[in-house]
Amino acid sequence: MNVLPGEFVSVIGASGSGKSTLFKLIAGLLEPDQGQIWINGQKSGKRLGKVGYMPQKDLLLPWRTVADNVMLPIEISKEKKQEKTSEISEGLNRFGLAGFEKAYPHELSGGMKQRVAFLRTIMTGRELLLLDEPFGALDSMTKHNMHSWLLELWEDLQKTVLFITHDLEEAILLSDRIFLLLDKGAIKELKVEIPRPRRSELIYQTEFIAMRKELEMLIHNEK
Amino acid sequence: MKNRFKTWAENYGLFLLVVVLLISVWEWVVKQGFIPSFILPAPTSIWQSLMENRQLLLEQHLPATLKEVLLGFILSLIGGVIIGVGMHFSRALEKVLYPFLVISQTVPLIAISPIFIMWFGYSIWSKIAVTILTAFFPIVVSTYDGLKTGGEEYRELLLTMGGNRWQIFKKVQVPLALPVLFSGLKMSVVYCVVGATIGEWLGASEGLGYFSRRMSGNLQADALFAAIFLLSLLGIVLFLLIGLAEKLLLKSVKNQKGSKRK
Repeated sequence: MNVLPGEFVSVIGASGSGKSTLFKLIAGLLEPDQGQIWINGQKSGKRLGKVGYMPQKDLLLPWRTVADNVMLPIEISKEKKQEKTSEISEGLNRFGLAGFEKAYPHELSGGMKQRVAFLRTIMTGRELLLLDEPFGALDSMTKHNMHSWLLELWEDLQKTVLFITHDLEEAILLSDRIFLLLDKGAIKELKVEIPRPRRSELIYQTEFIAMRKELEMLIHNEK
Repeated sequence: MKNRFKTWAENYGLFLLVVVLLISVWEWVVKQGFIPSFILPAPTSIWQSLMENRQLLLEQHLPATLKEVLLGFILSLIGGVIIGVGMHFSRALEKVLYPFLVISQTVPLIAISPIFIMWFGYSIWSKIAVTILTAFFPIVVSTYDGLKTGGEEYRELLLTMGGNRWQIFKKVQVPLALPVLFSGLKMSVVYCVVGATIGEWLGASEGLGYFSRRMSGNLQADALFAAIFLLSLLGIVLFLLIGLAEKLLLKSVKNQKGSKRK
């Protein structure tokens, strides 16, 4: 598997196929028994702190306000807080969180919490972001809104994203490429040839539906 | 204002009603002569005795007990938190200390207390030693368990941000541990009163425990009950104070619980 700079790549697989393990390996929480992990053209030994990781749950600290939660990675890396405050308030604006700086996580909706967690991941300042089913716990309407929002935002972000999902529609809509994790460690790669900028209405177009069909076939044939 | 009174009455009204009822029945039963007053004195005579002895009780014995309780509690708090944190950071320390902690709680307090009297004499330190023995255990356990509660996912998240052990401890584990620690403190402060009283029973020259032992020797049940009343009042007040500190310190966490209930 490889991911190019600025790419949005999804990883799909049945539960238990090792998606989250893959992410923990890349993030450096686990070490591989076999194989190697290369980041930025070099074999990476210590990966902790080099990759932005957003776990399935939002994991916002309930005793911190939104602004303080977003500040967390900056505190950890011991950068100057003052230098980052403008960057954070700009980020909050862009993420539709303006006016909620002083709110506590329990006062936010599920979609907003995920956006705060996403912004926190971006504030780590890392090039590569690992997103582990970030929209998995949201209802379908909120999820749909998050897709439109992320598609709009994506062009300016200039980050490289690896994205775990089990939602085929989501994978096609957001990704440049899709990796399928199949049984016995087999991997299949798929390119999504739909040009950007994309809009979330795309899911009703014939080429999109054809793509989805193909993906489903691939998964079921394996079984 | 009216609303606040209403919620207050809703919360405590029934309890107060039962208390008033119980005391009335108690008074009536004793006054009617069903129970001799040297076995169970009437509430009014307990109150009378409290008033008669108020100078002795409030100016000598209550402060003496309070001093033992507070010193014992503070020392338990410092020692208990240090041991709990130490056990959190070092598995070896945990493996060595945990059995000792459990043993310290299975030894009967009444049996071990004379040893303290032997070591420390009738000074305040023998009482404080008994107090610490009863009070530090819940603090150690709540510190240790609190630091372990549900922090694993947060730990991983901070690790991926490049956080070290100390940062994870400070930013996630301590805040997560505080509510659990406070539960331990509430238990501990009540045990402190029990410990100090037992210490005074076994050997002291002042304090509410000492006073109640002397009164029970003299068969002065009303004075004995007055001392017991003050002791339980002391426990309640200290318990409420810890609860208040908890409320002030953990405001945002409490808020969260409140809104979830809605």
